[in-house]
Amino acid sequence: MKFAVIQFPGSNCDQDVIHALRSFDGAEAEYVWHKSESLDGFDAVVVPGGFSFGDYLRTGAIARFSPIMKSVKNFAANGGVVLGICNGFQILCEAGLLPGALVRNRDLHFICEHVKLRVENAETRFTKAAQPGALLNIPIAHGEGCYFADDATLDELERNNQVLVRYDGVNPNGSCRNIAGICNREGNVFGLMPHPERACDPLLGSTDGRVIFQSLLS
Amino acid sequence: MSDPAITPEVIAKHGITPDEYERIKSILGREPNFTELGVFSVMWSEHCSYKNSKLELKKFPTTGPKVLVKAGEENAGVIDIGDGWAIAFKMESHNHPSAVEPFQGAATGVGGIIRDIFTMGARPVFSLNSLRFGPIDGDDAESKTNRRLFAGVVSGIAHYGNCIGIPTIGGEVYFDESYSGNPLVNVFNLGILRHEQIARGGAVGIGNPVFYVGAETGRDGLAGAAFASRELTEESKEDRPAVQVGDPFREKLLLEACLELLASGCVAGIQDMGAAGLTCSTCETASRGGTGVEIDLNLVPKREEGMTPYEILLSESQERMLVIVHKGQEATVREIFEKWDLPYAQIGEVKDDGMMRVREGDRVVVEIPARQLADEAPLYSREAAPKREIPALDLATVPELDPLESLPKLLAHPSIASKRWVWRQYDHMVRLGATVLPGSDAAVFVVREADKILAAATDCNAIYCRQDPREGARIAVAECCRNLACSGAVPLALTDNLNFGNPHKPENFLQLREAVEGMAEACRAFDTPVTGGNVSLYNESPIAAIDPTPTVGVVGLIADPKHITTSAFKQAGDAIILIGDLGHELGASHYLKVCHGRKEGAPPLLDYSHEIEVHNAVRALIRLGLVRSAHDCSEGGLAVAVAESCLAVEGAPLGASLAFTTNGLRADQALFNESQSRIVISTTRGNAAAVLALLEWRGVPARRLGEVTDQDSLTITVDGRAFDWKLASLHEAWAETIGRLMSS
Repeated sequence: MKFAVIQFPGSNCDQDVIHALRSFDGAEAEYVWHKSESLDGFDAVVVPGGFSFGDYLRTGAIARFSPIMKSVKNFAANGGVVLGICNGFQILCEAGLLPGALVRNRDLHFICEHVKLRVENAETRFTKAAQPGALLNIPIAHGEGCYFADDATLDELERNNQVLVRYDGVNPNGSCRNIAGICNREGNVFGLMPHPERACDPLLGSTDGRVIFQSLLS
Repeated sequence: MSDPAITPEVIAKHGITPDEYERIKSILGREPNFTELGVFSVMWSEHCSYKNSKLELKKFPTTGPKVLVKAGEENAGVIDIGDGWAIAFKMESHNHPSAVEPFQGAATGVGGIIRDIFTMGARPVFSLNSLRFGPIDGDDAESKTNRRLFAGVVSGIAHYGNCIGIPTIGGEVYFDESYSGNPLVNVFNLGILRHEQIARGGAVGIGNPVFYVGAETGRDGLAGAAFASRELTEESKEDRPAVQVGDPFREKLLLEACLELLASGCVAGIQDMGAAGLTCSTCETASRGGTGVEIDLNLVPKREEGMTPYEILLSESQERMLVIVHKGQEATVREIFEKWDLPYAQIGEVKDDGMMRVREGDRVVVEIPARQLADEAPLYSREAAPKREIPALDLATVPELDPLESLPKLLAHPSIASKRWVWRQYDHMVRLGATVLPGSDAAVFVVREADKILAAATDCNAIYCRQDPREGARIAVAECCRNLACSGAVPLALTDNLNFGNPHKPENFLQLREAVEGMAEACRAFDTPVTGGNVSLYNESPIAAIDPTPTVGVVGLIADPKHITTSAFKQAGDAIILIGDLGHELGASHYLKVCHGRKEGAPPLLDYSHEIEVHNAVRALIRLGLVRSAHDCSEGGLAVAVAESCLAVEGAPLGASLAFTTNGLRADQALFNESQSRIVISTTRGNAAAVLALLEWRGVPARRLGEVTDQDSLTITVDGRAFDWKLASLHEAWAETIGRLMSS
């Protein structure tokens, strides 16, 4: 399976995602510069974390206009798998590929720490290798990770089982209904604030993030 | 616009003495114009020229088999770490800017040190910081100001480091009255490179084009280097224009573009524009290259209209670099900087006449011999006050307080309390390297590209340095190396940041000299050459000078991931062993300061050979797989060290039960003394006898103190007197104090 890892100016988890992906058998990963317009030959797209365009204006607000995003939208519309992590999640929301928005954390501080996630739906392309209800130890690192949407949208997300992971126990950032990650209605676009690529190596204290990539590869 | 006339007042306002002015005239063979006077004033400021400290700094050992680039040669020293890989690292201060504008002051400090590292051709991989503030625990205006400075500095560091994607993985924060109004912000960065990638900052190759790359020049940070070389006064707020404004996004692009440019092979020389901006980078590259550099200010990308040559040359706008390119390869610069959407311009070329020549179109506005400007600033050996004997602490004057109250009080002191509130705001995990969470003895980082494990720590106990700068500086080096040993590392090299008061005051100059000599001696003892660093003088608030704070940062290597060791206890039932003596010295201790309100007495004495034996012993035990946790005794002594090992456990803290006898020590003395060369380790019960036998065989004093428990208490029995603390209350004191103070 060949992954495209999109590089925007200001992306800074791109190298980490490539490093994590290449630790899996059967995964290839390559950078795709944001000014490129082609995703030919790729089987999946990862929009990595960082501060694309410096988070200026609003997180993800400028990146959505990059040339590559038109291809990412087409890729998704044709059923291709798209994973957005942290800033990537914010970009996918801004681009309209996922509903809702990410706003400033409840306590207004940037927060970097390990959190517990509960897998709410283990029947998607992104979570099928996990046990339903499994608890994952995966770190977050964001200043604007408070997921927000109106009640109607939230109800619809719940009804369609689009909430794939939820914060368990402590809600670190004030997200509505403890939401940490959601997918689109079709189930091929997934965005989450925690960083699974930072939980793929026992040296870093947790390998719980591997289950997301394993799901995509199996 | 005509320049102001050069009057004695204008000269004095530039911080140039009449003698220095005479020297300028003899270098030029004429009177300088106003712009040239500005150029000399920043280049000959303490910040750029080290004129008051250079004669002292020469006492540092700077060579060794692993040193690839020496201190002072380039922007940062470079050290070999094996297999063709090397590291470049350095520490730098942004004290004055942070005092008047904490957020931008600290943020641009981080930006500056990162540029120093990638200027060397290295990819920056992690940062540390060493911070000092006044007390934050009162309701008075001063405490409120200190809290504002602390919050601003931390968020400024977070802002810059998080955005640029370089993890901030450790450091230290202390709080003391002497830093009220004059906080210290020392930032450290380390980068990784292959030996053949070392980039040089020389303008070489006559006729090579000189490029300006990065952000446009504006009026921010005008003459910041000169500002940093003065005392802070009530009027310092007026100097806010001397503080730069940082843009970490621009720097991220600049970093990637410069590394790409360096990899292309088109670069002949590269130098960042930090202190003294365009001035410093042009004359230093010319001086290093033994050449001249001529630039045209009309070609410099500018943010504002109508800037004078004086303003352009003295601006400290951030995120800019000067690059000398091999002639004929100009297109590569264009291609890479257009890809990254960054400004670039060819502004001049390398000449053979040794001059820094600045034109504005056809008009020459500056013409100064580069070497004399960059490297021949006057050097001063200031008057040092005579040394005074420090009377040892008379224990009879120290009432014995109840340790049951003293321990929670020490743990709740912001200098000792958990700094989680701070490091939770820093992205310490990006780049997948931080294998040890911040808060342990040393930060540990796996450099993925090189497959090497580095450990790094910063240290300085300024109370010791206040009482005896020589001993305090020696201990700073020893403690830093001890912290590395506790994490399983062998120290390689050291960077320093010397924070002192006004050197014109003989008391202050004595402190500087004593600290440098003590540090130099310790660096020889621990075989850690100095790779560079920074001097920050004039750290004085309106009230007084700061306590002398010669901060050190030491980097070491861990040979095997199995050797990575942390300070937290691991399992109930493990034996707790003290390596080193019980100690007895309370002089200059935190117990004395926090519980008695006294900063006095001689600091503990350091015995190098004993200290080194202790480091070697703990490393040997770690390599044998016999150590489950290791934590050195520092501020607050044995009791605080053991409590921290209990409380640092992730999730639920572990308890401990200890009992020992002394040769007639007071209980407070036994628990809180800060004698050096002591490490508390834990090992499995089954290995305890082997550990003690090995230590005895090595001739290192050690004793079994007790064991780790799953009880909710820490119990220490001293000479039959049992002291028992509930873990929950210790945890609250230690873990929540800073967060509580900062949300009040």
